[in-house]
Amino acid sequence: MKMEVNIVVGGAAGQGMDTVMNLLGKALVREGYGLIYSKDYMSRVRGGHNFSRLRIAEGKPWSPVESIDVLVALNEETYEIHHENLDSSGKVIFDPGEFSLPEEESRGIPVELEDLAKEAGGKVMANTVAVGALLVLLGLESGTVEELLKETFADKEGMVEKNIKALKAGMDTASRHCSACFSMPQKDEDGKKLFIDGNQVLGMAALASGCRFLSAYPMTPSTGVMNYLAAKSRDYPVVVEQAEDEIAAINMALGASYAGVRAMTSTSGGGFSLMVEGLSLAGMIEQPLVIILAMRPGPATGLPTRTEQGDLEYAIHSGHGEFPRAVLAASSHEDAFYRLNKAFELADRYQTPVIFLSDQNYADTHRSVEPFDFSRVSYNRHLAEEGQYEKPYKRYRVTESGISPRALPGQFEDEVVLVDSDEHDEKGNIIEGAEQRTTMVDKRMRKLAGLAGEMDEPDLYGEPNPATLLIGFGSTYGVLREAVDALSESGMKIAMLHFSDIWPLPVKRLNEMLADAEKSFCVENNSTGQFASIIRRETGLSTDHLILKYNGRPFTAREIIAEVENNV
Amino acid sequence: MYKAEDYLAGEIAWCPGCGNFSIRETLSEALAELELAPHDILICSGIGQAAKIAHYINANGFNGLHGRALPPALGARVANKNLKVIVESGDGDSYGEGGNHLIHNIRRNPDIAHFVHNNQIYGLTKGQASPTSDQGMETGVQVEGVSVPPLNPLSLALALNAGFVARCFTGEKEHLRETMKAAINFEGYALVDILQPCPSFNKVNTHGWYKNRVYFPEIEDPQDWSAAMELSRQWGDKIPLGIFYNKPRSTFEASLGALEGEPLAFRSFDPQSVAGAQDEFF
Repeated sequence: MKMEVNIVVGGAAGQGMDTVMNLLGKALVREGYGLIYSKDYMSRVRGGHNFSRLRIAEGKPWSPVESIDVLVALNEETYEIHHENLDSSGKVIFDPGEFSLPEEESRGIPVELEDLAKEAGGKVMANTVAVGALLVLLGLESGTVEELLKETFADKEGMVEKNIKALKAGMDTASRHCSACFSMPQKDEDGKKLFIDGNQVLGMAALASGCRFLSAYPMTPSTGVMNYLAAKSRDYPVVVEQAEDEIAAINMALGASYAGVRAMTSTSGGGFSLMVEGLSLAGMIEQPLVIILAMRPGPATGLPTRTEQGDLEYAIHSGHGEFPRAVLAASSHEDAFYRLNKAFELADRYQTPVIFLSDQNYADTHRSVEPFDFSRVSYNRHLAEEGQYEKPYKRYRVTESGISPRALPGQFEDEVVLVDSDEHDEKGNIIEGAEQRTTMVDKRMRKLAGLAGEMDEPDLYGEPNPATLLIGFGSTYGVLREAVDALSESGMKIAMLHFSDIWPLPVKRLNEMLADAEKSFCVENNSTGQFASIIRRETGLSTDHLILKYNGRPFTAREIIAEVENNV
Repeated sequence: MYKAEDYLAGEIAWCPGCGNFSIRETLSEALAELELAPHDILICSGIGQAAKIAHYINANGFNGLHGRALPPALGARVANKNLKVIVESGDGDSYGEGGNHLIHNIRRNPDIAHFVHNNQIYGLTKGQASPTSDQGMETGVQVEGVSVPPLNPLSLALALNAGFVARCFTGEKEHLRETMKAAINFEGYALVDILQPCPSFNKVNTHGWYKNRVYFPEIEDPQDWSAAMELSRQWGDKIPLGIFYNKPRSTFEASLGALEGEPLAFRSFDPQSVAGAQDEFF
């Protein structure tokens, strides 16, 4: 049995669960612990029930689990909702000034969060008191948290001292009840790790890819990308513009791309719907563009703060008319950094839109990950160079690959660059001729063959010749991996094929493995098994079972394991 | 040195007598007089007869989607601030489908000259009412006549504190040329509403109809907002032409620190130069 500790902090929106988790999580990662911290929150600014899960485990925890060792109940409702999952030897940190636990509950650790915070200098520091109490339960020293408080409040006079006072108060109180009641897992001594969430990974990947312009309209769960890049615009030459609507957002990005910078937009399903005319324009004018589509449950407004993989077919087929595109997905923090860079590279090379799928489960989850290697990030613009293009310059010169030399407006003396949403000739002028139309459609669609050759085969994890095969894409990577590990340990010959490059669908490994597997499962966060349909369409092969979840919550490994065991 | 004819290009598909011809010719003269090289000019347009001008002027062109001429123009300004960006589109494109972009780009105040070919009718789709059609105009769709009052683009722009607001008429070419030059040189968003006849579909607002009504009011102080608003509201028997308002204010580009120096489009980049960005996550 692996050593691990699972903490849930819950309360009403606005009570600061994030503050607790961000402080504790970052301190733990700095000390060398492996963890995952995920959020479950409601679409409201105040009230309701929100909670965060922090799982600290040996090595690399990939997904959160349901069982709870420490419950920090910032209100009574949190206790009522979560106490059933609290381990018999677990603990509940609660504020006796706020509510009382039932008499029969023996696991309580009363900590006067609010009173102690006020004594330290302000109610707002109740979260720091809670962190102090948690440190004691985990048997940890306060040094790293103090260090972080000093960094966070460096320019706010008095705040460091007050917070440290609050932290100590929490520690003192908790230590009267319990100290080091949990055994922490082994630290990972293998160098420093990052404590980072999915949206931050994507924002940083865009920055590293030389993205100079993000135009977007705020929409959960994509907004974190916008926040990240906006904060960076102070220190780096990147411009973030909050558009008046998503239609403006994609068209602004196309204008910026046309005039010469790497540009991106980010949104969720509803906003993406507004963008699809612009997506079609990107296909027609052959403009490089990266679109981050952070999925949440639809249709319409759906469940704004929850997760789903329901826009897969839509991403592949959105936009009127036929044009080439690539669809990639965020599978893990580790992979998504380089994968988004690939999206920019493909967009520039093939002069076409690339949709990058994310979802709330990926976007809002923090993990401890190895530092990214920026030397692995590419920046190839594939622009025409003086002396390398045929004069006069024609934006849509017909080529064998379908890719025309791309010049920027103003790049060459006395050459102009004309792009047009109408069907056009090589120069970019409107045409209606039947033959020219066919020529231009063929030219554009030839790029699809090139794109297909760029797609990575799915990640194969587990038994090389599996009897049982799990298939998935995007943010289910971690949870599927843990399911494979657990089922392998119980003796099953199992593996997973997990896709990060989705469209054009790479089919080699599927063709090799799907037919040979005795039982295959496609695991998707949607109600119709969209990915299984795509696989069937592209390979003629079917998966035996669908494991689907569409209640707005991510899979847990336990659920997948149970479904597999019931059907093998 | 470029001559006016150097800016003319393309095989024109407009109807004979269309006001677009005057606008195209006048624009070519204005560009020549401003000595702007075609490769330094970008014309962004949407969809409509007017929007085809991107094909008929020898310059960089982004002929995008209906109603969406302004957003790419803004994006292009961010990428390459050295481009002289001109947005040209019709009344339907600029004031109808693109209304939201009009509002918010006036607020942003990017350095863009916006020339609206306003013929008070939809030409490309053959004669439906536009947002500026006068009340009562009968069309194949507005069979009982247009029932709602027209949008007043100049009052709207002034209400949003646009820095440069003007009206021209294709029958007054010299005035149009000088106004175009002033708008292109204006630092910030400049709206020029250009009245033009549509001989094929607008049988009411003909060349003669405009000719009999337009006049040049004396504009004593182009920074007098109230006087400009007053002028913008005149419509009917007398229609004023001129630069009603001309008062620069801080531009969108000036608010962006990232634009200082060489245009973003032409800067080199090395991913390793930003590796320090991950330090905050340790």
